[in-house]
Amino acid sequence: MDLTAPESPRGRGSESISGREELLGAAGLSFGYGRDLVIEDVDLSVGAGEFVALVGPNGSGKSTLVRLLLGSLEPLAGESRLFRRPPRSLSRRGRLGYVPQRPNLSSELPATVREIVAAGRLTDGRWWRPLSRIDRDEVDHAIASVGLSDLSRRPVNALSGGQQQRAFIARAFASEPSLLVLDEPIAGVDAASQRLFRDSLVHLIREHGAGVLLVSHELSAVADDVDRVIVLKRRVLFDGRPADLAAQGVGSLGVHAEDLPIWLEQLA
Amino acid sequence: MIVADLVLPFPFELGFMQRALVACVAVGAFAPAIGVFLVQKRLSLIGDGIGHVAFAGVGAGLLAGLAPLWTALAFAVAGSLGIEWFRARRRTSGDVALAIVFYSGIALGVVLISLGGGLSADVFAYLFGAPLTVRPTEVRSIVALGLGILLTVVALRRALFSVVTDEEWSQVAGVPVGALNLLLAVLTAVAVVAAMQVVGILLVAAMMVLPVAAAQMIARSFKGSLTISVAIGIGASIAGLAVSRMAGSAPSGTIVLVAAGVFVVVAVASRTVRRIRGTVEADV
Repeated sequence: MDLTAPESPRGRGSESISGREELLGAAGLSFGYGRDLVIEDVDLSVGAGEFVALVGPNGSGKSTLVRLLLGSLEPLAGESRLFRRPPRSLSRRGRLGYVPQRPNLSSELPATVREIVAAGRLTDGRWWRPLSRIDRDEVDHAIASVGLSDLSRRPVNALSGGQQQRAFIARAFASEPSLLVLDEPIAGVDAASQRLFRDSLVHLIREHGAGVLLVSHELSAVADDVDRVIVLKRRVLFDGRPADLAAQGVGSLGVHAEDLPIWLEQLA
Repeated sequence: MIVADLVLPFPFELGFMQRALVACVAVGAFAPAIGVFLVQKRLSLIGDGIGHVAFAGVGAGLLAGLAPLWTALAFAVAGSLGIEWFRARRRTSGDVALAIVFYSGIALGVVLISLGGGLSADVFAYLFGAPLTVRPTEVRSIVALGLGILLTVVALRRALFSVVTDEEWSQVAGVPVGALNLLLAVLTAVAVVAAMQVVGILLVAAMMVLPVAAAQMIARSFKGSLTISVAIGIGASIAGLAVSRMAGSAPSGTIVLVAAGVFVVVAVASRTVRRIRGTVEADV
């Protein structure tokens, strides 16, 4: 795979971007409740080795779009593709890493960081197997990459919110993902951990050619690393390089600058 | 081994006490092993709910002249799948679904049994159990079933853990969430029906929850809460049966009370320990 290939600033909904293998895609995707569309005619594509940020104001449908892309929701129209196939048809998710927006973990449940992260090894489709030595090593590695090694045997419900969030990020890393989808993963995570998180993401992209779709309001930690920004407000308002967005000006999209991540304001 | 009398000290020196012991210990081991997952799904009362549906199945069997065991099993599996269907569709905690199944089950049971010739001591035994009259064949079947449930749960514990703690994530991760939820529902139904003949609905339903609730307060991992809840279930079964022999009280009820007592002791003790630790940490 050629990471130095020139990027098309507006590669939308194509089979691949710049000849990269498509990992996640959507074509004409729409979704709504009753007559109100929450997502309207969305095309997008995330290729191998690509770091894509999905931004938009609150209520712009970002989380809904993520759930459509992953097959948790059925679209009204259009289609989404996960590893080039309809997401629901996949029993084996290959190496998909997913960090949901608010993992719902009951506070009474005593489960260690390790146990949560080990669930990330279930994505290889062999969910009935016991953990192998390789699995254990990957789990340890994922925990270390979010800086939780010292707390790996602690119950998750005894950790702070930011530490819990890091455990869920580690669970996604443990899948050795070739595609990583993160929905607001670093809300409430301290600056030092955000740097660790950024380093792990960049490592995955550069060394393993993974594709990343990051939904986030706090992008400053990764601002320099993002290849493409998608601005969503029910429809895709912009899909291209951050520099092109800066040149165009955020204001031209009809989105309030304060609704977008701070680093986008800095670009403008 | 189970059928022959063993040399055990009082209060387990007699054959019927030994058979009761093995049956109750089996329930004390497999009920919490399922219960750990059910409690996490907020379906703590499902054992009772299914039990009452099974009770209706007994009534139907008696009325139709069929073996009550099989009609009870059919009803219980149907009820359990119904609760799971409700829960999965409505995305609620499932307690309303449980209540509907629970009340219509027991009402249907009472109606069917009254039509079939009235409430008898047999029917009473289904509710509260008669472990002291357990036959050797029943002991064997409940032990075999218990081992089957334990092995299934232990083998699938990672996937089941993932499903009950984070269903949406598990779905995305490609874990067969629907199939595992159905498996859990069927295991629950089978466990309740098998146990209710021997120890009654009360014991098996309570053993799915009380040891788990106690274990969750002291365990520091999921694996720990699984192990500790099974240990508490077994311990309460032995202690409760011994107490019931000495006090001449109903065995199932006594075992449940012992388990409830363990919960209270653990709750008070863990609170005290936390308070002491809190003071120590505050001093440092």
